[in-house]
Amino acid sequence: MTRRTQGNAIYLDHSATTPVHPAVVAAMAPYWSEEYGNPSSHHRTGYAAARAVEGARETFADLLGVAPSAVVFTGCGSESNNLALRGALLTAREAGRGDHLITSAVEHSAVLATARQLRDHFGFALTVLPVDAFGRVRPDDVAAAIRPETALISIMAANNEIGTLQPWAEIGALARERGILFHSDAVQLAAARRWNLAEEPVDLLALAPHKFYGPKGVGVLVVRPGVELLPALTGGGHEGGLRAGTTNVPLVVGAAEAFRLAMVELDERLAHVTPLRDRLLHELPAALPDLCRVTGHPTERLPHHASFALRGLSGNDLLMHLDLAGIAAGSGSACSSGDPKPSAILQATGLGPEWTLGGLRLTLGRQNTAADVDAVLHELPAIVRRLAAVEARFAAPA
Amino acid sequence: MDANCTTPDTSLPPALPSGDRPRVVVAMSGGVDSSVAAALLADQGYEVIGVMMRLWNEPANGAATPANRCCTPDQMADARRVADRLNIPFYVIDVRDHFRRAIVQFFIDEHAAGRTPNPCVECNRQIRFTYLLERALALGAGYLATGHYARVRRDAGGFRLLRGVDADKDQSYVLHMLSQAHLAQVLFPIGGYTKTEVRELARAYNLPVAAKQESQDLCFLKDNDYRGFLRRHGDAEPQPGEIVTADGRHLGRHAGLADYTIGQRKGLGIAAAEPLFVVGKDAARNALVVGPRAALAQAQLTARQVNWISGPPAAPIAAAVKIRYKADPVVAQIAPGPDGSAAVQLAEPAYGVTPGQAAVFYDGDVCLGGGIIADEAWEPATPVKELEAR
Repeated sequence: MTRRTQGNAIYLDHSATTPVHPAVVAAMAPYWSEEYGNPSSHHRTGYAAARAVEGARETFADLLGVAPSAVVFTGCGSESNNLALRGALLTAREAGRGDHLITSAVEHSAVLATARQLRDHFGFALTVLPVDAFGRVRPDDVAAAIRPETALISIMAANNEIGTLQPWAEIGALARERGILFHSDAVQLAAARRWNLAEEPVDLLALAPHKFYGPKGVGVLVVRPGVELLPALTGGGHEGGLRAGTTNVPLVVGAAEAFRLAMVELDERLAHVTPLRDRLLHELPAALPDLCRVTGHPTERLPHHASFALRGLSGNDLLMHLDLAGIAAGSGSACSSGDPKPSAILQATGLGPEWTLGGLRLTLGRQNTAADVDAVLHELPAIVRRLAAVEARFAAPA
Repeated sequence: MDANCTTPDTSLPPALPSGDRPRVVVAMSGGVDSSVAAALLADQGYEVIGVMMRLWNEPANGAATPANRCCTPDQMADARRVADRLNIPFYVIDVRDHFRRAIVQFFIDEHAAGRTPNPCVECNRQIRFTYLLERALALGAGYLATGHYARVRRDAGGFRLLRGVDADKDQSYVLHMLSQAHLAQVLFPIGGYTKTEVRELARAYNLPVAAKQESQDLCFLKDNDYRGFLRRHGDAEPQPGEIVTADGRHLGRHAGLADYTIGQRKGLGIAAAEPLFVVGKDAARNALVVGPRAALAQAQLTARQVNWISGPPAAPIAAAVKIRYKADPVVAQIAPGPDGSAAVQLAEPAYGVTPGQAAVFYDGDVCLGGGIIADEAWEPATPVKELEAR
């Protein structure tokens, strides 16, 4: 007699995931049990599936400004980042092009954990660059970290936790000048701008369709022609030999339709979410002086992304109270097991321990309304004051 | 008692009719008792929120770690499964810091002072019915519920704390510090049931924890060896000292007072004509006091930090006293004293009165309150040195 628990009335965690767009659901629908073929099969049922996959590949290629052969479908954004780092570094070392990776302290764990594993278990050299108080990597630091054996630079396009946009094009240009491969984890940025990779100095780019109203379980890695990667999943020759496994046709079709819609609706969506974000960024700290500060860059940030740190509080507790108030939010340090760790991202921006457990992320989407923001601005200050009052009474003596 | 309370044994205020569901936070451990408490409340129409406190504990000890230890991923998963079954929200809150600071340090300090603390009493005093209660109120809850075997009843004189119906499981002892304000805000949904009935309820509610074993008392230990814990986490190395009799005779050396408990006979490493027992700890002199079994018997004790649930009596009263969680109640005369103390005169001597444990007072099923057993002043009749010099 398990009943389904109701979701939150107000969803403000679009950087975690988004609802699949109804048009995307419709686009995927024929590919479950009608056009169910295996794109590798040699009959008309298989050819129909292959056409759908190639159509999806062309959609991404057109919208990104690359050749269709540059679009590799994977299982998720993390897998795309894994394939980029592992594939590029293992190939470079084999070819004698070096064994050094440069990345930043604020990367998603899909990059940082992979980089550390490459260092700790595969003998690669790793430089993790610091960031400024806004969470930005300084291109000068990148230049200074480059060695003759540097084989790959991986800097994210925009940060998931604090929304900061990285000067990734500048860093990419710097890499290109020196003939070093440049990868960018663009999972958060993908649907927040238009792309023309023909003009942009990036060799590898990771995307995750579920962040832009597409399905989970599919990712994209853009691989500039000529860039060699050692395959991550070996087997059949799927995806140009880079990623074995029967192609997930409905998800790939849905991913492409989601990206197409995201680009079609881009201006409208940004015009909708940006003012809502600005209200949050301005009004929450104003309502909670001394207790609440904006994290990340005040302006150079994702248009739908507002993030804060609450002094002396735990992100876990904030999320619990917001959840009971019907609001789904995110935090950089929350966990389900009650032992939250300070946010490494907030630490990297130089915030002290009184702030680094109290990260809060409110990320807007196309369905949010001004009333949702009103609700947050009504609920959150009261929650913060109640929690702060309890914590003050039980605080450790100074 | 409350005229609205038609089910006297459950002691729950009735959920309000139609639409207005009182919100209650249930402290869930993943065990059967708190799970059934949550189920009963949900069944009666309360808006139930499950909360598990993530307490500090020693890093796990591999296969030697007891499975019934608190706050483990398994216990969390069990509590979450129960919450899913009941369709209630469930959260884990981080109380590691408060718990380490308030309870674990208290445990260490009390042992260092030669006392034998009851951390559950202290946790209820400093964490569960203070911090967690405040957190529950901050969530908009009207009540905090726990899976304790005890009951709350309201009558003309205010709220009463009653023993749980199951005499073997009654936990009113560890709740003796609750005030009227607490009792107005706490619910003990399983207090009217026996453990057997609680397990049956768990099965009837189809809760996946019906057959789980009891949790251990010292939830923060990685094993059942509190002495080892004190060696690993204590603030000072154990200080060896002298083993003496109450009249000052020196019989040997001890390895550190915390290693011994009142009433202990084995492991003292001393030879004597008659069996000798630990009868006290003289922390000021770091001496372990031993004596014959008769010396364990004590007819008086002083309690400190005494809480009188319905206010202190104006004159000495007759009551039953429990000197340990599992001790049988003893008839006594209790005289409230200054500074929250009480002088307790037992009708017949009790064995093993242990400073640091709680002395809890009862009138029949009603828990009147209680306090912490104070240190005994160990003044040898003749100073040891003089005795040895003779």
